[in-house]
Amino acid sequence: MKSIGKYFIFLGNLIIRRESFRTYIGLFFEECIKIGYNSVFIVTIVATFMGAVTTIQTAYNLISPLIPDYVISLVVRDMTILELAPTIMAIVFAGKVGSNIAGELGTMRITEQVDALEVMGINATSYLVLPKVLASMVTYPMLVVLAGFLSIYGGYLTSLLTGIITGYDYIYGIRFEFIPFNVTFALIKAFVFAFLVASISAYKGFYTRGGALEVGQASTSAVTNSCIAILCADYILAKLLLG
Amino acid sequence: MIEIRNIKKSFDDKEILKGISGEFHKGKTNLIIGASGTGKSVLLKNIVGLIAPTEGEVLYDNRNFTTGDNQLITEVRREIGMLFQGSALFDSMTVEQNVMFPLNVLTKMPMDEKLERVNFCLERVSLQNANKLMPSEISGGMMKRVGIARAIVNNPNYLFCDEPNSGLDPQTSIRIDNLIKEITDEYQITTVVVTHDMNSVMEIGENIMFLYKGHKIWEGDNESILHADVEELNDFVFANKMMRRIKKTMKS
Repeated sequence: MKSIGKYFIFLGNLIIRRESFRTYIGLFFEECIKIGYNSVFIVTIVATFMGAVTTIQTAYNLISPLIPDYVISLVVRDMTILELAPTIMAIVFAGKVGSNIAGELGTMRITEQVDALEVMGINATSYLVLPKVLASMVTYPMLVVLAGFLSIYGGYLTSLLTGIITGYDYIYGIRFEFIPFNVTFALIKAFVFAFLVASISAYKGFYTRGGALEVGQASTSAVTNSCIAILCADYILAKLLLG
Repeated sequence: MIEIRNIKKSFDDKEILKGISGEFHKGKTNLIIGASGTGKSVLLKNIVGLIAPTEGEVLYDNRNFTTGDNQLITEVRREIGMLFQGSALFDSMTVEQNVMFPLNVLTKMPMDEKLERVNFCLERVSLQNANKLMPSEISGGMMKRVGIARAIVNNPNYLFCDEPNSGLDPQTSIRIDNLIKEITDEYQITTVVVTHDMNSVMEIGENIMFLYKGHKIWEGDNESILHADVEELNDFVFANKMMRRIKKTMKS
């Protein structure tokens, strides 16, 4: 409970006693590149294979002649948009970006760089963490959109390469009874998950005490806690918005 | 002038500082000395506000820093320059960017003026050609000097140095000490140095506060420290062979 309270105080510190807008603008774009652009490669690989594997496994389970082939791509589409792109990517995001944020801030803390900022009269929490949180919330939904497209495209490529279903059936299934709200739901999840990953990881890194060993522990703890928070938030959002 | 009144600090049940009062004078190098674990760095962190004291007050030119609101704290902090034990330079920035950092964030100075100021400060610490180097490319002594340049770039009224000589060879240590002393005299600022280096004490100690087990048990200057009649202080001052020889010579 003490940690949760401290986390909320930490979040409060992000918005009080901020520096001028121009101080953050450069930092924000730097973080967008570090967090968003530098994650494109891993997202591309994971999303494409995710779609390909989902297509093969769905086809493997739907062997009844009563079920039309286009159902395979319909299932791939809905799984991708509702769960795989926002949630599984969030776990990958926590592993890559979360551990990086915690490690960076933890190292800054133990080498007194955070203290140096505080002594200069700069709100270190806001200066160091706010650009990371905002950059995550802006770039992660873009990564989710990219992951969605690539996952579905990965499924399409697999269907063509393996002949599980025809290209025409795959496209038909993708368009069949499409619910636009699912995309909105995926983007809402993306915003929430991005905030959770960035803020939890920053919190873990910011309050690191000790040396190199503790920085490593903070990074591990950041990823673990982010994943738990993502799964809890996933359930709550599904219940609130779809249930 | 900085005044501290009855500073106490506890971590859980352990009391580290047990009611320390004193004054740090303007235009002087004020030293806080003592053996390891006596609370020197904790006292310094209390003075600059990195740790809140359990009890007591810190006053910067009669402005109460401990009970002041956020505006006052920010105002005072912007008059502070600090050199950290490990220099605390930002790894991702060059020497020039490190020194310019306080000007970038805290002022609206045009770029050419900022560059001029940075070059002046780097020259002041004899690092005129190091602008584009990264912290990982420079030695420990150079890092300390960059730390000093960053600390003075904003024309501070108060300069704090936490173990400025730790990890440095004797010659570089004396160079850093002299630099701190020169800057204090030149800008007439209040300088507080935490150290356990006896060379520093003898070289620049104009107002020395000796801490022992969380108490201040002696105060004086580098002349009177050799004649002090305090057992714990004598154990600290004359701990090494060279100082014991000096004492012997003085007696004879």
